[in-house]
Amino acid sequence: MTQKQRARLGSLAFYLGNTLVALIFVSPLIWMVSSSLKPESGIFKGLNSLSTFIPQGASLNNYQEVFQRINMWKFIGNSLFYVLVIIILDLFINSICGYALAKFEFKGKNALLTLVISLMVFPAEAIMLPMYREMADLGWINTWASLIVPFVAKCFSIYMFRQFFMDVPNDLLEAASIDGCGPVKTFFTVVLPISGTVYATIFILDFVAHWNDFMWPLLVVTGEEKRTIQLAIQTFFGSKPINYGPIMASLTISAIPMLIMFLFLQKYYVEGIASTGIKG
Amino acid sequence: MQKAINKKSERTAAYLFVVPAVVLLAAFLIYPALQTIRYAFTDYNIMRPDRIKFSGINNFIELFQDKNFWIAVKNTLHFTVLVVPFQTALALALALLISSRRRGVSIFRAAYFSPQVTSMVVVAILWTVLYNSNPDSGLLNALLVKLGMEPCGFLNDPKTSMNSIIFMSAWQGAGYQMMIFLAGLQGIPKEQYEAASIDGAGKVKSFFYVTLPGLKNVIQYVIMITVIQAMKLFTQPYVMTKGGPQNSTRTLVYYVYEQGFQKRNFGYACAVAAVFFVIVISLSLGMKKIIKAD
Repeated sequence: MTQKQRARLGSLAFYLGNTLVALIFVSPLIWMVSSSLKPESGIFKGLNSLSTFIPQGASLNNYQEVFQRINMWKFIGNSLFYVLVIIILDLFINSICGYALAKFEFKGKNALLTLVISLMVFPAEAIMLPMYREMADLGWINTWASLIVPFVAKCFSIYMFRQFFMDVPNDLLEAASIDGCGPVKTFFTVVLPISGTVYATIFILDFVAHWNDFMWPLLVVTGEEKRTIQLAIQTFFGSKPINYGPIMASLTISAIPMLIMFLFLQKYYVEGIASTGIKG
Repeated sequence: MQKAINKKSERTAAYLFVVPAVVLLAAFLIYPALQTIRYAFTDYNIMRPDRIKFSGINNFIELFQDKNFWIAVKNTLHFTVLVVPFQTALALALALLISSRRRGVSIFRAAYFSPQVTSMVVVAILWTVLYNSNPDSGLLNALLVKLGMEPCGFLNDPKTSMNSIIFMSAWQGAGYQMMIFLAGLQGIPKEQYEAASIDGAGKVKSFFYVTLPGLKNVIQYVIMITVIQAMKLFTQPYVMTKGGPQNSTRTLVYYVYEQGFQKRNFGYACAVAAVFFVIVISLSLGMKKIIKAD
């Protein structure tokens, strides 16, 4: 066998193998989308043949039913709103804190850095009971504040920002200082404009994390008014009449916002995951 | 003179920059953490916030005699001990499948990553339907029957319920670890593979002598984050099984939720939460120590 033939064979094995594995791997998701397009009577017909992955008599009726029965737009809007507010505040508050830890000298700096690093693995699940009590005392149950405020400051973000800002050359900061820029102005006019990547990375990591929020909203959101998309599909799953077509349609719809976010920010997400792994 | 002013304005700026984060961390992380410990030593019932009595270590004595608590510990460990190696191996296998630079590789990467893009609640609901124990309405049982096997109870059978959750969770989560492995694989110098190949090492040998040692740090890191993640298991049992059947999927976090919010034993639930916290922290410190020792 010549070199070229061997390379061709390897290439063939690569594409065939991956296509097969990938199809098996995503088959549950294909089934979800396919079922969402089928009439109710067709969903469990022919489950034991491959035709179950192909929607026969496809229509958008199930999607129509979902929007008729529950206010999907509102729940998606709710989730988008509180998640984006968390992210914007997170980006602002944690980046300035991370910058101070990277570039400024002040009393208590090392203690704060140690604290931030040791709280990074803190499991929020362990403190949700008193946190709930705190929300109740503040009168925040079933308000946006309870979904947003406790999650703005994040040790992980502070650490990521610090790591990034450490690499900003000091010469640049000194030059700004000679030009008469104070430290605060230097950050906003010199450092911020060259730090797009780290902001984009935290943005997408945060989006994925909070779009998935389930346990905390389950505790603090009591009515439909502030219901998040994850709570909404979970409630829809258990509410009568239980029709699987609309259920699969609701699952498909709820995945779309994250899918769109990924189309745009995938690169930063991959970099974010990768960098945490290597530096970690 | 100029320098002194700079130093001073730098210090002012520093406090200005750290105060918002510090205040929020103190209010919503450190304060509730201290409260967890405090409540753990009381008989606090959520319906009677006016009557909180210090009860010493009663909660902890009760806890150690509580059969359901030990079941929750056992279930949490069952999940963690199996899902971590399974998910890590799956993620590594997927990363190796797409590690070569070829055209169209990003399509496969997206496919393996796609369960990550769908949220855990979505995936949990979907698999509850797929796991239906009736072969006429459950896709996986239809497949088993087609292959000539007995249908499986999956989520309905206490013997298989946790393993069913493990299988699904590994499928959903593997894409994340795969990304970390892909970055790790790129960090292994090509020369090492060439050297191994010159020494006559085949694909399998170079995997064991080049790839695995080269990924050592990454594998350790992945295992550590997966263990911590696994210990927090809640969403899957909440959506799929409500902790059942026969308590087979009730985890520690689920038990905290149940005791605190459904049975309203706030003090007792805080004691469980405190124990949960100690377990997670000792695990992560222990693993960090092992990693450092190498």
